[in-house]
Amino acid sequence: MFLQSLRKPDWVSFPSKYKGVIKINVIAEVFPDLMRGLGVTVSVLIASAFFGYLMAFIAGLCRLSNNIVLRKFTGFYIEVFRGTSLIVQLFWLYYAVPMLFGIELGSNWWIGVIAIALNYGAYMSEIVRGSILAVAKGQTEAATALNMSSFQRMRLIILPQAVRMMLPEFGNYLIQMLKATSLVYLIGLNDIFYYGNILRSNDLSMAPTVYLLVLLFYFILALPLIFLVRKAESISKKGVAS
Amino acid sequence: MTEPIVEFKDIHKSFGDVKVLKGIDLNIKPAEKIAVIGPSGSGKTTIIRMLMTLEVPTSGDIIVDGVNLWKMEKNGKMVKANEKHLREVRGDIGMVFQHFNLFPHMTILENCMTAPIHVKKEDKEEARERSIQMLEKVGLGDKLDNYPNQLSGGQKQRVAMARALVMRPKIMLFDEVTSALDPELVGEVLEVIRDIAKEGEMAMVLVTHEMDFALDVADKVLFLDEGVIAEEGTASEVIEHSKNERLQSFLHRFRS
Ligand SMILES: Nc1ncnc2c1ncn2[C@@H]1O[C@H](COP(=O)(O)OP(=O)(O)OP(=O)(O)O)[C@@H](O)[C@H]1O
Ligand SMILES: [Mg+2]
Repeated sequence: MFLQSLRKPDWVSFPSKYKGVIKINVIAEVFPDLMRGLGVTVSVLIASAFFGYLMAFIAGLCRLSNNIVLRKFTGFYIEVFRGTSLIVQLFWLYYAVPMLFGIELGSNWWIGVIAIALNYGAYMSEIVRGSILAVAKGQTEAATALNMSSFQRMRLIILPQAVRMMLPEFGNYLIQMLKATSLVYLIGLNDIFYYGNILRSNDLSMAPTVYLLVLLFYFILALPLIFLVRKAESISKKGVAS
Repeated sequence: MTEPIVEFKDIHKSFGDVKVLKGIDLNIKPAEKIAVIGPSGSGKTTIIRMLMTLEVPTSGDIIVDGVNLWKMEKNGKMVKANEKHLREVRGDIGMVFQHFNLFPHMTILENCMTAPIHVKKEDKEEARERSIQMLEKVGLGDKLDNYPNQLSGGQKQRVAMARALVMRPKIMLFDEVTSALDPELVGEVLEVIRDIAKEGEMAMVLVTHEMDFALDVADKVLFLDEGVIAEEGTASEVIEHSKNERLQSFLHRFRS
């Protein structure tokens, strides 16, 4: 049987006979190793955020288009990517898509970025759409009365107000994207989590110390983002209501 | 006889099954000041929204400066106007809304100068100068860098007028521009409209419940009732000497 050839992974029902403590003296050893993954984690985050926001705007605007084909197609993309899990999407792009269609999506780094960007872009496109719809109808009418074109209305009047509404939610998703980057070690990227796992598999007794530090790494990375969300919230409160 | 700048020809308008306008014929001459009065729901707002291209008539024609507003010729047939056609025609028309509709993310000055720069492709400095002059004219020269939410209702409405005026429309539409204001702020806004009206060259359509103001400013008054123009004439004919019973009972509610 095919299934029998799968070996039971070692972490299933982790035996409690292993005891370990957090070792202060190991921290100095672990820290530099984890640092080696920082670049990948941060670069994947920045690129996924950039393309994720871009995707959110493209899909959000397409959802509001007059073209029904475009609207339906974008709706399909959004439902597929929101309705399935990021891990599975990652593996699809990594294994299935190249094998099925012969499409090489680029390096592992790019595949990770594309998966996270498409997944979070789908979620965030709903924020873009909702915020644009939430701008008062009177704003469009006033812009029409000034004879602006539909493109000018969107660019000068609607989007600037809608973006202010999007900012806090965009910030929250940025923090979620940071957390999502820890999945890219599954497709062979050497991020913080990857180095953490390597350290653990070399010496199991280091596991508590390693994962404590991994937690701290992610938390410290998230801190400026949390600060950014606060800032975004205060910006979005200013100057929206007339 | 001067040619009318706007003609309504047998305009009908329904929202779903509800017939709101049942045949409106109306001429507006250049520089003419027309006040529209009538009970709530009689279709006053709908009339000027159709002229501003915010609402499509169900049937009939609106001609602006000789051009059909809602229809255009295509392969020898008249078809529903597209956005490009509407943009060409509505440049002559400006509107002030009951609820101001200022752009909250822009300063007062930016509210005024954005359209001249982007729509009329005016030089930035020139648009700025003209906007400042216009804002000074409506008494807001000291608020240029304020945001709309820092202004009173009366001030907001004066900004809205300046914003429409810098576009130099040939026709200005006012939809009950004082009815969202506290009573003590109504005077300052009417004062500005009076000044604009006296300058003369622009045609104006004013939907209003201020009868004294209509008597003062309007060349012509229309009484709109149940979807038709029930009474039409000079301000004094309609407001002071009409025999129309429904008009009298309507007016009665404003005299106390
Ligand atoms: N978008 C719309 N959808 C459905 N019905 C509408 C719409 N706009 C207006 N109506 C209806 O059309 C009728 C006329 O409305 P309109 O706003 O033109 O009246 P009005 O004379 O301006 O009234 P008021 O003095 O209250 O402003 C009303 O019965 C209103 O409910
Ligand atoms: Mg009205």
